[in-house]
Amino acid sequence: MHLEDLAEQAAQYRNEEAHIEREVRVCVAASCQSSGSLPVLEALKSACDSRGAGSCKVKGVGCMGLCSAGPLVAVADKDCDLNESVLYRDVTPDDAPDIMAGVCGAPVERLRCPTDQPFFSRQHRIVLEHSGLIDPESLRGYIAVGGYAALIRALTEMTPADVLREVTTSGLRGRGGGGYPTGLKWSTIAKMPPGQKYVVCNADEGDPGAFMDRAVLESDPHRVLEGMAIAAYAVGASKGYVYVRAEYPLAVERLETAIRKARRAGFLGAKVADTQFAFEVEIRLGAGAFVCGEETALMASIEGLRGQPRPRPPYPAESGLWGCPTLINNVETFANIAPIIREGGDWFASIGTEGSKGTKVFALAGKIKNTGLIEVPMGTSLRDIIEVIGGGIPDGRAFKAVQTGGPSGGCIPEAHLDIPVDYDSLKTLGTIMGSGGMIVMDETSCMVDVARFFMEFCMSESCGKCIPCRAGTWQMHALLDTLTKGRGTRADLALLEDLCEVVRATSLCGLGQTAPNPVLSTLRYFRDEYEAKLLPDA
Amino acid sequence: MTQPPARPPLPSDDKRWKLVNATMRRNGYAGHALIETLHSVQDAFGYLDETSLRFVAASLDLPVSKVFGVATFYHIFMLKPKGRHTCVVCTGTACYIKGAGGLIEGLQEHYGIDPGETTADDRLSLLTARCVGACGLAPAVVVDGEVLGKQSADTLVATLEELS
Repeated sequence: MHLEDLAEQAAQYRNEEAHIEREVRVCVAASCQSSGSLPVLEALKSACDSRGAGSCKVKGVGCMGLCSAGPLVAVADKDCDLNESVLYRDVTPDDAPDIMAGVCGAPVERLRCPTDQPFFSRQHRIVLEHSGLIDPESLRGYIAVGGYAALIRALTEMTPADVLREVTTSGLRGRGGGGYPTGLKWSTIAKMPPGQKYVVCNADEGDPGAFMDRAVLESDPHRVLEGMAIAAYAVGASKGYVYVRAEYPLAVERLETAIRKARRAGFLGAKVADTQFAFEVEIRLGAGAFVCGEETALMASIEGLRGQPRPRPPYPAESGLWGCPTLINNVETFANIAPIIREGGDWFASIGTEGSKGTKVFALAGKIKNTGLIEVPMGTSLRDIIEVIGGGIPDGRAFKAVQTGGPSGGCIPEAHLDIPVDYDSLKTLGTIMGSGGMIVMDETSCMVDVARFFMEFCMSESCGKCIPCRAGTWQMHALLDTLTKGRGTRADLALLEDLCEVVRATSLCGLGQTAPNPVLSTLRYFRDEYEAKLLPDA
Repeated sequence: MTQPPARPPLPSDDKRWKLVNATMRRNGYAGHALIETLHSVQDAFGYLDETSLRFVAASLDLPVSKVFGVATFYHIFMLKPKGRHTCVVCTGTACYIKGAGGLIEGLQEHYGIDPGETTADDRLSLLTARCVGACGLAPAVVVDGEVLGKQSADTLVATLEELS
């Protein structure tokens, strides 16, 4: 298959839909489904049929971002994106006739959600460019917006070295949290001697408060498969696994559909797009273990073992799945690949900051007006994200802290909100980007209690293989528990700080090494709250 | 040439075993298909009992200890039967900040069971999950597979009481 064939397929699809002028898009990602978007979709479809209007199409699409206002429905001219559409919030099936009447006439004012607000206008969508626009279950819909063109271009016009060069030029860093340069990782695996190699997509989004990967898989699954296939071509792999959480049944279902359709259309399988390149993808279900987000534990789990990490080196790039070189990237990293190939590495590198290129998807949650998904260029300030895009803190309360990076991250206080968000600046504040969860806390949150919550998480998620993590997190949790109950002494606090250092320095894997971060960062910025809870010195 | 190990007979003529067998066959009875197989058993029977663990171990030619070790390592696998209905309270950070603790307390008070337990009449199991990814709707619960957002203890108990 050549690029022309693909363009023809896209054109054909567009021809079939040429009579459609307006689209009614209903979010059918998990969050809006939980708020009842499926009955809304049905009601809109039947309202559309009964009008007999042939120029309007009702379709289910992926996440539009503003999850707290769901179910969301967007009415737009075909080919117009979210910012140019009329967006409705909190839609119920009863609103369907009004919405359909408003498709060609005046919009239904009582349901309107303005799209000129900063939440929408300040975003820069690359990973989420099709999210909320295309039907996640339609391969043809994906092809119509230019899908799989990057893969075919890579296979027919570029050598693996060309692909590596573009990805390296782009400056893309791993979006799973570590921020390791993607081009460098790919080159390492490409350099390994030929033979069996694997590509693994880490979709075990275990960070509580993060739901970016879920949204990408549910909204645009082909994008991830395309990125994986390009990666496999670049590094010389022929087999891929997507390790996805069993807690995300809808994401699994959409991914299965996407794999089946891509295989049938020849974008996966023995001869991808009629070239000599072969690539098979299989889904592996996680089973609820946070530690499986760690790459060596994840590989153990794919091999059917307990998800326990092992010491590195050897790194997976050298010896991964069944001892073969293995490339592991996060969902969002793979989702960035197709546009990099399409637009070129230089284009990607022109977005973002010096050390962190491109955009980042963040999941805003907690005490914030607009909860949901946003994608902004690296370097956007935290204050912009929280106060402008997120709409600030509801109920007239005051901001206290924002937690980034999940249990491996830390809390950032008001004083540092003006910092531009990128991998390196967050590190200087004692936290990390992580996969991109941001949980906003207002003045009612007790930071000692928050630290205890994260320690409880790490304690129960510790795989138990190494002593510092297994016993250290238990001890730290016990100390924090004593402190939150107001029964702690100054000696307890000193012991807690000591333990933080020991667990950080001696644990086997990332889980243990970063478990003290929430404690250290709350101690750094909110020490007075710890001290206020201490028993008076005897 | 070594002969492949003989496959054990199905533990009973319950048709659900065929689903389990199909999963193992699809993966060529490879040991690394263990987690997939356990998922399949749990989907079919609701939980993993000793019979099923032994059957899976024999079929995949793995030691029972290993199968048991994997089944107990992962949170999703249940070794006890669940009630007719399940209520999973999300205990992710966003839900925690927005009051998941209150939901659990409300259920404990109303039903007298702790997370991980089932009511004496086998009607309801109370479970917790580490973030179901519905943070925009916090606090969220999953009742019989359906995610319900923005819950309070009162609305949640009312929903659960309406279940048959």
